[in-house]
Amino acid sequence: MMSDRIYKCRGVVAGKGRGEALISTEAMCFYLCDPKTGLVVEKGHDIYGKNVAGKIMVIKSGKGSSVVMIDGLYQLKLNNNLPAAIICQDIEPVLVSSAVVVGVPIVDRLEVDPYKLITDGMNVFVDADTQEVRIS
Amino acid sequence: MNLSMEEKDIIEGKKGKGMKKAMGLLNAVGKAFDAEYLVKVSRTHVALSAQEGDTYWCELLVDGGATCCVPCTTNPGWDVCSLSPYYAVTQDELSLVHRTYDVYKRIGAVMSLNCTPELELNVPSFGEIIAFSESSATPYVNSVLGARSNRESSVSALASAIIGKTPLYGLLLDENRLGTLQVNINFIPSEAYDWGLLGWYVGMHVGNEVPVLQFPDFPAQPRPEDLLYFGAEANTSGAVPMFHIVGVTPEAPTLETAFGTNIAKSTLNITTKDLAEIERKLSDEPGDINMVMLGCPHYTYGQVCEIENLLAGRQVIIPFWVLVSDTTLTIAKRSGKQQSLELSGVNLVAGTCVDQPCFKSFEDGMFITDSPKAAYYREGRGQKGFLVRRLSDCIEAAIKGRV
Repeated sequence: MMSDRIYKCRGVVAGKGRGEALISTEAMCFYLCDPKTGLVVEKGHDIYGKNVAGKIMVIKSGKGSSVVMIDGLYQLKLNNNLPAAIICQDIEPVLVSSAVVVGVPIVDRLEVDPYKLITDGMNVFVDADTQEVRIS
Repeated sequence: MNLSMEEKDIIEGKKGKGMKKAMGLLNAVGKAFDAEYLVKVSRTHVALSAQEGDTYWCELLVDGGATCCVPCTTNPGWDVCSLSPYYAVTQDELSLVHRTYDVYKRIGAVMSLNCTPELELNVPSFGEIIAFSESSATPYVNSVLGARSNRESSVSALASAIIGKTPLYGLLLDENRLGTLQVNINFIPSEAYDWGLLGWYVGMHVGNEVPVLQFPDFPAQPRPEDLLYFGAEANTSGAVPMFHIVGVTPEAPTLETAFGTNIAKSTLNITTKDLAEIERKLSDEPGDINMVMLGCPHYTYGQVCEIENLLAGRQVIIPFWVLVSDTTLTIAKRSGKQQSLELSGVNLVAGTCVDQPCFKSFEDGMFITDSPKAAYYREGRGQKGFLVRRLSDCIEAAIKGRV
């Protein structure tokens, strides 16, 4: 078995998660995901039609109304379709506070540019508590 | 984060589970944004969206014994009395809105049910530190009124209402309010609608920057509605809780003051062509229309009068809703505007947001609005088609039933 590569990061929202990587170079509004399937329904978004459920998402930031983000994430949670964890480039208050309430781990300040390091489908483990990202 | 003895007691649960949850959230946000401590807030405004995620959080707090220390004004849900007789809503949807109103009353909220509190009921003065959720309110209080609020979510603003504090970071600090990106606009937007399209374009392109807008000389100062619609759209298509307009907003008497010690990272140039392109991109193909929806954010009394002027007594042939505050509705009734609009087939309704299940009867057809933000929400709710057009076009569409 190949050994994991380990990278330092900063824990923003506590917790850990493992899953396949899903990369977006854009900001996310989780209200524009179908809670029943986890599919992104925002037209024109670079991951339109992709599934966030169980994924380790690499995203630019959070965006959109300050009101609906919590419901987007909460509905995904009720349907067991939350992302496993988020690696965020520019954290944003609406995303961070909503993620605290539903319990999606978030990390930022990865020691290597995540967009150069991680590609879609890689197996990634994010641990916000030990502040590490492992790639196998 | 350095917490005081009292704050430590709260986080350890000595003041109850609800306060522990609220303090835990503020502590987590503070840590994430490298805040050193909490500061007092003098006002708060929260979502009350009658959406399960938000209601769940409010219940967690109030069932844990927490109540507001700084009573928050609230966004709208929907007016159950005047709307549910008309439209198909399920028992679950009705009970969610009742459950939401009940839990917000129990937590001690001000049940204003209006998304423009900064215009009439919860108006901060220059420099006040506040926690305002609602994407149209946050940019307005910061940029136009000069109060200080971060881009609060519904959950963080409610936590601040409970604790009476917020972490000191971001837009509460002088250095983060300075401009970072210059936006040159070579035209004067003619009405709130054009300001909204401009906002949408700016939000899409500036990311998390603080834009400084430079216009040609204004023939007249922009109206509050213009600035409100600009901020609402910029903070929906992107994350723009603060902007400057040189010569207009209070922290930007000059370009130099707006940037302070910052050097503009880049420049964005916008022309009327870009706005026309946004209108086209946001809209589906024209055709039959089955509903008009105005008032996202809530229309002011002045905007209600504009509808009456443009209608000039003509009849509309499709459902036509205008969302307003209770104050606007009361004054419109007292002034005879509401009755005049009703005769033309136009309905004013208070306490209601476009993003609510009461409007889902229209999802299979096309609706028209002057707010890209409203269109964006309807898309999230599964709306099949929509057109974004200026007010006068919306009114003509309502008279003909098509565009």
